[in-house]
Amino acid sequence: MKVRVLGAGIAGLTTAFELAKRGIEVEVAERRAGPALGCSHYAGGMLAPWCELESAEPLIETLGIESMQFWRDNFDVVEHGTLVVAQPRDTPDLKRFSRRTHQFEWVDEQKIMQLEPDLSQRFNTALFFAGEAHLDPRLVTAQLAHRLAHEMNVTFHFNTDAEALKGAVDWMVDCRGLAARDALLDLRPVKGEMLLLRTAEIALKRPVRMLHPRIPVYIVPRADHIFMVGATMIENSQASRISARGVTELINAAYALHPAFGEAEIVELGADLRPAFADHLPRLRLRGKTLFLNGLYRHGYLGAPALARRAAEFIQNGTVFPEVMREN
Amino acid sequence: MDKAFTLYGKTFQSRLMLGTAQYPSPDVLARSIRASKCEIVTVSLRREAGGSRAGEDFWQLIKQQNVAVLPNTAGCHSVKEAVNTAQMAREVFGTNWIKLEVISDDDTLQPDVFALVEAAGILARDGFEVFPYTTEDLSVAEKLLQAGCALLMPWGAPIGSGRGLNNPYGLRTMRARFPDVPMIIDAGLGAPSHAALAMELGYDGILLNTAVAKAGDPVLMAHGFALAIEAGRAGYLADPIEPRDMAVPSTPVFGRAFT
Repeated sequence: MKVRVLGAGIAGLTTAFELAKRGIEVEVAERRAGPALGCSHYAGGMLAPWCELESAEPLIETLGIESMQFWRDNFDVVEHGTLVVAQPRDTPDLKRFSRRTHQFEWVDEQKIMQLEPDLSQRFNTALFFAGEAHLDPRLVTAQLAHRLAHEMNVTFHFNTDAEALKGAVDWMVDCRGLAARDALLDLRPVKGEMLLLRTAEIALKRPVRMLHPRIPVYIVPRADHIFMVGATMIENSQASRISARGVTELINAAYALHPAFGEAEIVELGADLRPAFADHLPRLRLRGKTLFLNGLYRHGYLGAPALARRAAEFIQNGTVFPEVMREN
Repeated sequence: MDKAFTLYGKTFQSRLMLGTAQYPSPDVLARSIRASKCEIVTVSLRREAGGSRAGEDFWQLIKQQNVAVLPNTAGCHSVKEAVNTAQMAREVFGTNWIKLEVISDDDTLQPDVFALVEAAGILARDGFEVFPYTTEDLSVAEKLLQAGCALLMPWGAPIGSGRGLNNPYGLRTMRARFPDVPMIIDAGLGAPSHAALAMELGYDGILLNTAVAKAGDPVLMAHGFALAIEAGRAGYLADPIEPRDMAVPSTPVFGRAFT
């Protein structure tokens, strides 16, 4: 059997992985020059199935737990959990967060000092989600693409549009994200802006989320004193445009978390469009011999492996997964 | 028999208006709108703007709900910003309605009543039908009416605070001062009982957003508010009894057979 995967973002890469693992011949067409240069490039890489329950449907938890296992089994994942904090005046938001989520413990100042010494005396109470994890999206997608090409015989065609490949295949799996709007008319863009800061003045071991009624922000520590700060959520389809306001809000929030971020170097500003369906849940949609895998919204790394496994099992065995194969 | 709920010549059955921001997803928003039975929703342009048609996808979703759209100028800090946003809203949604918010600072989200009055005058002269988000201050209310507003939207409490009616005395006075002006409580409510109280005070309608959008179950909360608003309205129209200090037996005491 031969399958063509369209798109080499996190959805396309994990789909190629699951197919190739089952002995299926896979080729990947990607219009950009390399793997994971769209949304996947700007993601936070938080594996936070429980924190996400604050605003996500329970399905995201199910898919997230499964995906987290995929990442653990195959790549480097940092398993230090997630810390959720709020300024004292926003304590009601922390309580609300605790009521919408689970798998956490309330921690006091002393425990915060053990977990994140640099945040001690800044927050006196927090929620600690010990079972969560995070990864570096750019590192992981590079490793994944390398392994696919060199160990799993997957052929990549970069700078190549979907229509350019003519050879016959048994199936197509369309993982193009928002570019698939030509076929999936109910996809909508939700813009996100992010930035990378570098500072050696503060160290964090795990993603820290700071709740705020207007500007919730998360900061994910990466190697070399880099911190990813994200992410705005804007109903807007202009991918390339980074607003001064969006950046100001992110930096403000980072500064409020710790003043050292005010002195940090801005390494990168980024923005892209998350593909979302109206219920913010991902789907597999069948159109003839094309299976669309889309709508991952802000749950790319958290949802893609679980969706990819279902896509591969559907293609290999015809197994139907009603939880992700609803039309609407 | 209740009098009609009429806003700038348009009549509605539901006295609830729903904001469209902060829902977990557009799908939850759509279901909340249905559960609330509201006929008017507010939409913020400014945050989504940044280009002429940049928020088009979300606006299309709103237009599909078959409810009247009341665009708002949420997040605007100056007269100029608010007026520009209103003009853009008129173009995008094809309506002269504008919910006018001019915020004094991002921390308190209090209305800047000076800029509000000025912007209301400019917009009213430009043919807009202005829904001004204001405080319970009577002199500001008077000036808004003079500026051309035909209705008022005083706050219950600061935006998003969920505190309910901070100043029931002030709101009661305002209702009494402008008995014939449609007035809608906008902002600060948290629980359905807050909305019921506002309606019992004689307010004509309620505008909500955070209380529904950020509830654990927004759809159920939308339903709860709809019931409370109906209950409060009925309570107001039915002329409640006056409270008194002593118990009043509901059956005659004299001549009871058994004591």
